[in-house]
This record gives sequence, structure tokens and C-alpha cells, in this order.
Amino acid sequence: MAVDVLIVDDSAAIRKILQRVLKQAEVPLGKIFEAGDGMEALEMLKSESVNLILSDINMPNMDGLQLLGHVKADSRLARVPVIMITTEGGQAKVMEAVQLGAAGYVRKPFTADQIKEKLVGLY
Amino acid sequence: MIDQSIIVKSICAATEEVFTTMLGMEVKAGAPYQAKNRTDPIDGVVSLIGLAGAWVGTGSISCSAPFACQLSGRLLMSEFQNVDEEVLDAIAEITNMIIGNFKTSIEERLGPMGLSIPTVVFGRNFSTRSIGTDDWVVVPFECEGGCLEVRACLAPARTPQHVRHGFVQATPVST
Repeated sequence: MAVDVLIVDDSAAIRKILQRVLKQAEVPLGKIFEAGDGMEALEMLKSESVNLILSDINMPNMDGLQLLGHVKADSRLARVPVIMITTEGGQAKVMEAVQLGAAGYVRKPFTADQIKEKLVGLY
Repeated sequence: MIDQSIIVKSICAATEEVFTTMLGMEVKAGAPYQAKNRTDPIDGVVSLIGLAGAWVGTGSISCSAPFACQLSGRLLMSEFQNVDEEVLDAIAEITNMIIGNFKTSIEERLGPMGLSIPTVVFGRNFSTRSIGTDDWVVVPFECEGGCLEVRACLAPARTPQHVRHGFVQATPVST
């Protein structure tokens, strides 16, 4: 099964880096979608179906934790794994993400291997 | 209060980690110093992020335009001849990671803080000024022939909801 991925980050640089990492990972990659914030991501998820979401936390309009809450509250999306990739390294944020249902948490700066490790467990 | 040496140590650790992990570059920290608000004109790229909590302030990085292109090239595995949108975005993200990790480190002592979205300024003959506090801790770094400065200023919030403290203005310098 091809894995369609949505990358959510307000930084085009990080979206580009994550695309590169995903292409190197041993995952049967399908389509890659990009969004610049949580609001844009939710809008995109109305028309596109994905199997994985990689999301930043600190973003304008709607942050990653709010996005995670919306995804987990939507029966159509609730089973899509969401991995948070963020500079927010504090234990409180990690706990909040886990409680909201995040499938993983990667702190920036990250290595390609750290991202790949999170994906291996999912697919 | 927070010891200046803790700020310096946190800046060095955050900068070294970001350079090693994301850019594959080794940085060498120079002698840290304290500075007042910048009054001398700057040429190049300055990226700023606000910090807010029980303590408030600003973190920034600055470097020349060619070094900004070099750093962005390493981050994105590409080549840049001039400072363009991609370079500004890359420098913003490098700042976000350095100041974000600095913030995580000092939160152990100063309590939880929020981080603003980065603002990047590129130009010639401009200065930046932080309203409310003007005591900056500056750590210069050398890396593959380029220089980078990481700065932070922090002060206790006057009130928990105080928002202007640490707000940064960019102003043209008259010649």
C-alpha cells in the first residue's frame, strides 16, 4: 500500500527537508501534500485522504496541537497517525501531544534516521 | 535572576546541535560578551524571535548575506547565489531551531515560555532595537570561514500579560 503523506509546517525549508527524508525512507511512498499551517491542513484533508501526517507545533492560524485535536476528533481521520516534529522540546508539550493521540514526537533539529525510525514502527 | 554563563552555555549547546545535526557543520564559539542595543548599522541578515512567559525577551541570529546563502545551501542541499525567499525561510528555520532549543534549556530555570514566529530582515545599513531591555548576551561563532552571532536578551515580565517588552523594531539608519 502506498503511503500518502501530509507535511504541515510554516517553514518551506522544513517541508522540503522532510520530503527528502521521506523519499529516502523504506516506506512505499505515494503522494506528498503540503500545508503551511493547521487551518490549511484541515482544508486539504476535506478533499484528500492521507495515511500519515507530519506536523510542526508552532504555526500561525492553527498550531499543530490544535490540528492534532481536530484530526483525532474526526471519525474519518482519527486513525491517521500524526507525528509531531517541533522545536518544542519541553516535557509538557510532549505529554500534551501524547495525550491528544500523537503517534510520535521528534524534536528539531532532527536526523533523517530519527524520522525513519518513527516510520518503521507504523508501516 | 539568571546567570549570564547559563545563557551562554545554553546558546552554545543549541547552536552546536543545530549546526552539527541539520547542517553537517562544526561551529567554534568565540568569546561571549554583553552588549547594549545595537546602534551601529548592519549589513546582512538578522533573524529575530520573541520569547514570552514569566520572563520575556528576544533571541536573534545575524550573519552576512554570503554566509546566509552558504548556511541555506547546506540545510537545503542546494546552492544560492543571492538572498532570496528560500534563503530567508531557511535562516528563519535555523533561528527557530537554535532559539527554540535555547528556550527549552532555560525553561528549566525560568519557567515555561512561548516562542513567536521568526522575523527575518535582510538589507544594508539598518539597525534593530529591542524595546524594554537593552542588555544582550552575544556569542560569536566561526564556521567554515563565515561568522554568525547569536544574541539573547531576557528580563522578568513586568506583568504576566505584558506583550511589548522584547518587541523588536527594525529602523533604517540615516546616512
